[in-house]
Amino acid sequence: MDAERNYSELAQRARAALASVNASPGVAKPDPILLAENVRRNFGGVTAVDVQHLEVQRGSITALIGPNGAGKTTLFNLLTGFDTPDTGEWMFDSKNLKKVVAHKTASLGMVRTFQLTKSLTKLSVIENMKLGATHQIGEKWWNGLLPFRYRKQEEIIERRADELLKRFKLDHMRDQYAGTLSGGQRKLLEMARALMTNPRLVMLDEPMAGVNPALKQSLNEHIRGLRDDGMTVLFVEHDMDMVHDVSDWVVVMAEGRIIAEGTPEQISSNPAVIEAYLGTHQGKSLLKEENA
Amino acid sequence: MDIIKIIENTIAAFFGIDAAYFALAAIGLNIQFGYTGLLNFGQSAFMACGAYGLGMTSQYFGVGMWWGILIGLALVVILGLLVGIPTLRLRADYLAIVTIATAEIVRLVVRSVRFKQYFGGSDGINSFSASFRNLSPFDPGAQYGIRPFQYSGYSLWTMIVGWSLVIIFSSLVYMLMKSPWGRVVKAIREDEDAVRSLGKNVYSYKMQSLIIGGVVGMFSGMIFALDRGSVQPDNYSRDVTFYVLTALVLGGVAKVRGSVIGPMMFWGLYVFSDNFLRELTKDKPFNLFGIGIIQKSQVGPVNYMLIGLGLMLLMTIRPQGVFGSKEEMALDGR
Repeated sequence: MDAERNYSELAQRARAALASVNASPGVAKPDPILLAENVRRNFGGVTAVDVQHLEVQRGSITALIGPNGAGKTTLFNLLTGFDTPDTGEWMFDSKNLKKVVAHKTASLGMVRTFQLTKSLTKLSVIENMKLGATHQIGEKWWNGLLPFRYRKQEEIIERRADELLKRFKLDHMRDQYAGTLSGGQRKLLEMARALMTNPRLVMLDEPMAGVNPALKQSLNEHIRGLRDDGMTVLFVEHDMDMVHDVSDWVVVMAEGRIIAEGTPEQISSNPAVIEAYLGTHQGKSLLKEENA
Repeated sequence: MDIIKIIENTIAAFFGIDAAYFALAAIGLNIQFGYTGLLNFGQSAFMACGAYGLGMTSQYFGVGMWWGILIGLALVVILGLLVGIPTLRLRADYLAIVTIATAEIVRLVVRSVRFKQYFGGSDGINSFSASFRNLSPFDPGAQYGIRPFQYSGYSLWTMIVGWSLVIIFSSLVYMLMKSPWGRVVKAIREDEDAVRSLGKNVYSYKMQSLIIGGVVGMFSGMIFALDRGSVQPDNYSRDVTFYVLTALVLGGVAKVRGSVIGPMMFWGLYVFSDNFLRELTKDKPFNLFGIGIIQKSQVGPVNYMLIGLGLMLLMTIRPQGVFGSKEEMALDGR
């Protein structure tokens, strides 16, 4: 199946760029859109995240994998401003995000979704979508009282929302409450809503969790579609088949650190990764083993 | 038993000034609680800002009554910032705790002896409404209308102003909630983090909602003060907040209709049950099968018990209120 796939021009370029990158943790990429340096987060005595160096290649689909508790979601929270690290710097498109609060990252072009889907249940599907658009005139309360000031923009937003809904095959649910969608449809809605912000980097936290196999295939297609439209995708996932199927590059975390990086093929034969997942050295620290 | 009188009084209460000022307070609370999900248990404090804004014009500042609106606005913004800055970043429950305490602090400060020169202590402030009275086109001594809608000239004037404000503010809220601004606050009620991830400054929106709701509450306090012709600290106690909240829930939260008709029904029911019990016990205590049920002196407390029982039944049978949406209610379980 992999061999048959026709990669878009952008995808080919990203894959070609990554092909020459050395598969070692924290390796530099030709054109990173996201760069993290020495990011560390302690919860009490536990170090949840300790990332020495991480680069995400522009235009690629990068998967972030690792066993439960590896710090993947925490790293997401840190990079998007939903949590503050104890040390470290991180840049998005060469803009330092250290002092940037969570809501500002979206307008910079970096948007995230959540592990537990956050559909706004009492808003209709289309309202959910329209919420995603940034720089809305009518979101100032005084303009909210003057419909003629925001009506035109609202129409443009609505048209774009309808297009995206069609693309994600949610257009038949357009006017339903988001709370009536199934789990998989909510994942789709959340992804579509994130796209309303016109992002350059989309960060998906476990897009496949709780999604039935039939829908997984179409989600895969959507994620590839994002890359083919010129966006960079960074996603957290457990499902190895899916990671193998969709990603250009894989970053493996364990115990808060990045223990391996490489193409999906390289990763699936990497002994450190197999160890981290299958736990051949159960009960012992993986990092100590590595150092020994 | 004078049934006609009970019915007349009930109908009058539906459209009375009490219902009007409750509706204004409920419209404000609906912005905060119904749409944005801010548990403001201190709406009475915002009402007090309005009432004391008017009162202080004569008591302390010695300026015309109309300056009271500006003073009230300033007080509302200060109070909103004071309460909101520390709590709006936290979970909703903290706002509830802080607002209920703030409302009490406000009441205790304005009734204190120490600040009597500003707020008139527990006597309140009485002489400030002349400018408003003088604007009235009606003869204050005469009676207008036909029963049950019969009012003195001054009452008629405050009622017209009060209900006009209700209409103005409910239309404004309706427009606001249909706008993208309304979409953001409704989304915040559902899930803050989702809204934040989409690039909205959640904290700022919550603050706007708190203050806008407070401003509407301020007008409620003003109408109440103008109707009574006085500002009394104990009219702005906890119970007012909770009656307003009750009236709002009765009508249906997050619905403009609910915030207006809820308070009307609340007062209608209240006056009906009060009048009914009074008529029942007018001549002699009411007995059923030889057992004494209720006598005249018990009407007040029993009335509250009945109202409470009625509301409990409402919450069991129709938790979304009269105008609330059952569909939306069902989505709460997720």
